Amino acid sequence: MGLLDQKFDNSNIVITSMDNLLNWARLSSLWGMQFGLACCAIEMMATGASHYDLDRFGTFFRGTPRQSDVMIVAGTVTLKMASRIKVLYDQMSEPRYVISMGSCSNCGGPYWEHGYHVLKGVDRIIPVDVYVPGCPPRPEALMEGLLKLQEKIRSESLARKQSA
Amino acid sequence: MEETMTQPPVTPVAPQATPQGPATVAGFARALKTEEMVISMGPQHPSTHGVLRLELVVDGEVVVDVIPHIGYLHRCFEKHCEHMTNYQQVIPYADRMDYVAAMSNELGYVVAAERLLKITVPERVEYIRVIMAEFSRIVSHLIAIGTYGMDIGAFTPFLYCMRDRERVLDIFEQTCGARLLYNYMWIGGLSHDVPANFAEKVNDFCRYFRPKIRELNDLLSYNKIFIKRTANVGVLPAAVALNYGVSGPVLRGSGVAWDLRKNDPYSVYGKLDFEIPVGKGLKGTVGDCWDRYMVRVHEMEQSVNIIEQAVAKLPPGDIAAAIPKRIRPEAGDIYARTETPKGELGYYIVADGTASPFRVKVKSPCFVNLSALPAMSRGAMIADIVAILGSIDIVLGEVDR
Amino acid sequence: MTAQTLSDMLRARFGDAVTGGKLEGVHDPWIAIAPGRARDICALLRDDPATAFDVLMCLSGMDYGGGKLGVVYHLDSTTQHHRIVLKTEVTAADPHVASVESVWKTANWHEREAFDLFGVVFDGHPDLRRILMPDDWEGFPLRKDFRVPEFYNGMKVPY
Repeated sequence: MGLLDQKFDNSNIVITSMDNLLNWARLSSLWGMQFGLACCAIEMMATGASHYDLDRFGTFFRGTPRQSDVMIVAGTVTLKMASRIKVLYDQMSEPRYVISMGSCSNCGGPYWEHGYHVLKGVDRIIPVDVYVPGCPPRPEALMEGLLKLQEKIRSESLARKQSA
Repeated sequence: MEETMTQPPVTPVAPQATPQGPATVAGFARALKTEEMVISMGPQHPSTHGVLRLELVVDGEVVVDVIPHIGYLHRCFEKHCEHMTNYQQVIPYADRMDYVAAMSNELGYVVAAERLLKITVPERVEYIRVIMAEFSRIVSHLIAIGTYGMDIGAFTPFLYCMRDRERVLDIFEQTCGARLLYNYMWIGGLSHDVPANFAEKVNDFCRYFRPKIRELNDLLSYNKIFIKRTANVGVLPAAVALNYGVSGPVLRGSGVAWDLRKNDPYSVYGKLDFEIPVGKGLKGTVGDCWDRYMVRVHEMEQSVNIIEQAVAKLPPGDIAAAIPKRIRPEAGDIYARTETPKGELGYYIVADGTASPFRVKVKSPCFVNLSALPAMSRGAMIADIVAILGSIDIVLGEVDR
Repeated sequence: MTAQTLSDMLRARFGDAVTGGKLEGVHDPWIAIAPGRARDICALLRDDPATAFDVLMCLSGMDYGGGKLGVVYHLDSTTQHHRIVLKTEVTAADPHVASVESVWKTANWHEREAFDLFGVVFDGHPDLRRILMPDDWEGFPLRKDFRVPEFYNGMKVPY
């Protein structure tokens, strides 16, 4: 993780770029929105609990979209729920990221063929940053998805606007 | 003109009797004009256990009516069943209904399908199925208790329950490779046999888990604050419960000793010795939230008893001998029900003589239990709604299918 | 009480409202009833102490194909330990069945679901509206002739 925390060897002064500093701050404390829809929500809870522990990555779940940075869409998105997901996404303040967890929110999952009420992938309504495959993904897979998101944030720059 | 300097002593003005009622603050309140407010709780809410929308009609802090809106997780299970190419392909979809206790859903379906096809499975298969179903009961109740504590405001029991749950998920993973959704019980048998040191692992877990239930009781069940939040809250009388058709810990919490494992036995439950915990109103009224919660805690203890007995009686044998190559039942229908951690899960399977089902209707216990929520919560406060909803223990995947 | 005794009792009380059934050679014996008399028959089955069907286990909508819909009731008695199945049939052109919500409150949501997914209209239900599908959904999804719409509120539905 050591972007900045390894640099205090000689003195108490760190010289870095604004991009690095902001990115380090953002990726080290990604607050997630408590937004479990279905089975993947149980694995998300297990990842947040003590055995797999998301708190060591700086992530813990907030109940309201106004205070969260990342929305982990965990579970099947149905047509009835889709408008609410859009509203919740719009309520998040920038910079905001979306992790699509599980097959159902990636592409409709096992319900892709005959699900008349299932939205085949949450990326039909909101932009997704990281897709985590699995049905449900193991907690380790979700953690890797979170780390991939951190890599993505690490490469962001103030000069380029974040794609909304 | 002389002014009188002495004034008579001022007496405090007592509330006067109003035409609407006696001389009390309530009498004043009735004279005020008030309006009821409609608050929408959900579908995204930390305490609704999933995507459920509750429309609360409130008069101040007191809830006048609760109108649940469901369907936010309707995933067309019944349509998928009709389009599957054979009966075995339904099982992964059945898993995903009550995703917290997936083995119980599978057991319900294979019991119904095997009765329809008139297949008898080897005894080893029956015992392993019972062990897995009771493990899934423990897992489901651990989540119910942990999240219920979190709803009431206690975070630590949630972490303790998830820690113990990981032990059970390890056993599931060593048996069939999956932690949450298994596709393990097949029509006629099982997909994998149990690993070589299964009995040892299971007995280790049982020895580990019994003291943990005592720890949970010390931490949460007899905690004064927890009792104050849950006793006498959300009382459901037994007659109302039966008329609404509720089942499972909600019905047993209201004092009705009805458990399908004893009253309508299936698999090898008839050969095992266990008790049915029933709510007795120890901390409040019979049928309140505390009773329903305590029924779940006692059921976990009973499940450990059942698992120990079943593992000791596990006969040797083949687990896949009876799986038929082609499943083509003759036309007919059957309704079979099993006792899942949430209540009575029923599968109504209609066969038309072809390889895929004509209709599979699932009677979901959470769907029925949730319909009794308005009856339990009229007159409660808004904070009590969270306590009552948590005590029903719903899983939206099963409510909406 | 055996299924045959029950069927005879219902025939004696309700005459031609009992239109058939199959009591032998099936997993669950069933009795066919007229859709308009469902409430009366169920009220008797619940209140008569000899039958005492105090629990409605399941209420399922059915589409038998060829424009025929139906409702299947599974009844259970916790005191008398017997079960029975009642079936009714209606046409898609006139899908009216008497509601049994006043007999068992379980039926409230089950009938709403049968209405939502099959289009069976339950006369006498206090609040018959969609329960699982969105309120502005068109069509009855579990009917055999249902076609998945291409778009719903701007979202593409099929894969």
